[in-house]
Amino acid sequence: MADPLIAIVGAGPAGLRAAEALVAAGLRPVLIEEGQRDGGQIYRRQPEGFQRGYRDLYGSEAERAARIHELSEELRTKIDYRPETLAWALADQCLQLSHRGRSDNLPFDALILATGATDRIMPLRGWNQAGVFSLGGAQIALKAQACAIGRAPIFLGTGPLLYLVAAQYLKAGADVQVVLDTAPPSRRLAALPQLLSRPGLLWRGLALTAQLRRAGVTLLRGVTPLEILGGEGGLSGLSFRTHGGESKTLACDAVALGYHLRPETQLADLAGCAFHFEPETRQWLPEADAEGRSSAQGVYLAGDNTRILGAEAAELSGRLAALAALEDLGLASDETERRRLVTDLARMERFRKGLVQAFPWPHHFAKSLPDDTVICRCEVVTAGDLRQSLDLTGAKEVNRAKAFSRVGMGRCQGRYCGHAAAEVIAAAQGVPLETVGRLRGQAPVKPLPVATERVVA
Amino acid sequence: MSALSADVIIVGGGFMGAASAFFLRQRGLSVILIERDRVGQHASGVNFGNVRRQGRFLPQLPLANRSREIWGRLPELIGEDLEFLPTGHLRACYSEDRFQMLEDYAAKARHYDLDLELIGRNALHKRFPFLGPDCIGASFSPYDGHANPRLAAPAFARAAVRAGARLFEQTEVLAIDKTDEDFEVTAAKGQVFRGPIVLVTAGAWGNLLSEQFGEPAPLAAHGPQMAVTEPMPYALKPVVGIAATNAEENVYLRQVKRGNIVYGGSRRGPAYPDIRRAYVKPENSLNQFPQLSRLVPALRRLSIIRTWSGVEGYLPDERPIMGPSAKVAGLYYAFGFCGHGFQLGPGVGDVMAELIDRGQTSTPIEDFSIARFQKVVRLSELSQTAGDTPQ
Repeated sequence: MADPLIAIVGAGPAGLRAAEALVAAGLRPVLIEEGQRDGGQIYRRQPEGFQRGYRDLYGSEAERAARIHELSEELRTKIDYRPETLAWALADQCLQLSHRGRSDNLPFDALILATGATDRIMPLRGWNQAGVFSLGGAQIALKAQACAIGRAPIFLGTGPLLYLVAAQYLKAGADVQVVLDTAPPSRRLAALPQLLSRPGLLWRGLALTAQLRRAGVTLLRGVTPLEILGGEGGLSGLSFRTHGGESKTLACDAVALGYHLRPETQLADLAGCAFHFEPETRQWLPEADAEGRSSAQGVYLAGDNTRILGAEAAELSGRLAALAALEDLGLASDETERRRLVTDLARMERFRKGLVQAFPWPHHFAKSLPDDTVICRCEVVTAGDLRQSLDLTGAKEVNRAKAFSRVGMGRCQGRYCGHAAAEVIAAAQGVPLETVGRLRGQAPVKPLPVATERVVA
Repeated sequence: MSALSADVIIVGGGFMGAASAFFLRQRGLSVILIERDRVGQHASGVNFGNVRRQGRFLPQLPLANRSREIWGRLPELIGEDLEFLPTGHLRACYSEDRFQMLEDYAAKARHYDLDLELIGRNALHKRFPFLGPDCIGASFSPYDGHANPRLAAPAFARAAVRAGARLFEQTEVLAIDKTDEDFEVTAAKGQVFRGPIVLVTAGAWGNLLSEQFGEPAPLAAHGPQMAVTEPMPYALKPVVGIAATNAEENVYLRQVKRGNIVYGGSRRGPAYPDIRRAYVKPENSLNQFPQLSRLVPALRRLSIIRTWSGVEGYLPDERPIMGPSAKVAGLYYAFGFCGHGFQLGPGVGDVMAELIDRGQTSTPIEDFSIARFQKVVRLSELSQTAGDTPQ
């Protein structure tokens, strides 16, 4: 029998560790990466020719980044590596891969999805102006291109990335004055027992905030953002209410915002994976068993596209998903190691729950967003447009609301506005968020040029 | 009369059911409209949105004309325009024999009050410079156009409800029984609806109900292969289709005011009525691309952002089933519109209401009787009637 073909989508820490395990089992997996270079987001590599050192780029994560990059170099000849390739559709156990204007299909026996996560966004008035970036986007500009989003950026939102990106900008020489966290201070304390499940990581987080404080950065918690101000010449400031209820406006020339992360699940959706609603994070996540098996036969989930466990956990869950796939294909798979990985991941899951508690998604903002706040940037649908459409049509489900109002119908297909739109619908109709549902995924996963040529075998 | 009785029980809340409910209320009949999912969720809501008359089976034109007249009066009738834009419909062709066919069609269509303008190569490219060089001529139907299918059936249903119709969504009909006088319509949640008249407007699922009355229809389900591009400035006014020589060539497109270009065509995709889903095959999307670029070369510079499909019901002769049951008094059908029902929606509602109210209709619909499937069809007859119904 020919070796089974295992495809991995995403060459970050999860995808690379999965590939490593499959190569060790004597297979030659196909590793598909949308970007120019592998490494994922946390260990994102700078473009060819850039000279910054690992310590400068990755700080405390320099050694991990170096190990992942070395692994990737080692694997290069042992796998079928396909960079700059977009897996834009999935149907009938077959991926559609678009590379430099040509699209080919790839039938697979097993598929490991390691597609990572993106920023979770709650809109506010003025967020659709030039000069506003997601936290992840701001970090990529710095890490990949050595560009800052502004000279005096404000960092707004919640989650570990908020403090990490602010610290990275500080180190890069930006004039970082303030970090605005929407999480109330009390939540941190309550989350402490769970956060102690990974003392090292907790320590690194605390060290980041200490570093920001030492540099004179003001850290405000429990804020309510009101509006990003600006005009023809760019951004001018950000207004917000403090935890104490005082209204303030601070000057800035850029804003980076984000409320922790959301999994990238389009391919899991196209594969027919079942999703479940997680009340703590108020989002739909693809279902996976402890070893990464989705509900769809032969489809495995690894890394942050299942739940936001971070880069270290992604390495473990990537390896674990590969071992589970080997087991299911009747190939050698070390059961003891799988058990150990499951145990390690359970500890990281406790930490994740702690983060969720410490840095909650501020869903309550959705209810009070002014009517002129743009929710869907692609289609320019405001909160008022959406509410008016709901009033007229009585829609209580997100796909229905999309059909009537165009929310989530644009270039990003709701990846950025979907969560906020669902919250606006739930608040406006007075129904629980889980009954509002989630936007159905449809190909293409990202915009696909009409000029794409089909490769005919 | 109990809460679950009405003069007419309509089973199926697509465009046909919703429009029928509205026009029946206009005539003062009491109406219950039953929909298994949400109004307009299936074929009615996911189709291309063509408000096109040209190219239809000629004896269908009186119905299409009646419908077109209603399209022009929507704001006064239902309070919404459904984004209807009477931009004209352009049917281009790539070969002389197709142009000849367009000429023949135009000559015959004139007898049905449809005036088409035939445009030769030079005039065509001057007037519609976005067309590709392969286009050698076209037929232009100036009063046709396009509208937003996602809005249509729900807006008609809301207007019907405002006028007094009772709407039951997420209510699945399991059986329809004829008692001595009334029909008894039994739903999955246990409700029973009663009335002297039943209208089946259940789209790709219509035959499951007609079968219960001994009138099976050879209905097949297919999924249109739809997609939309990113927006670009609004410039491409008419709906554009092609008088194709083969299925691959047969793409159609329209630009919405927001700027996106909606298109579909080439091969049909798989549809699964039992799970109520239909899919776009990725290879179909790829095969559409060169056809789109051939018709409108500028599209090559755009990206598509979404594809979708829906469950449509097709009959072998590409004509719908519409009219009274041939076997059961008080039972009416309007389903299986073979991918070309959107333009007809308002007209079907109006005609079915007239038929139910008056026992006859001024618009000829005999060609669409379900009775045609109860007799043996000769092969010669079938090939003659296989309608040319491109988009």
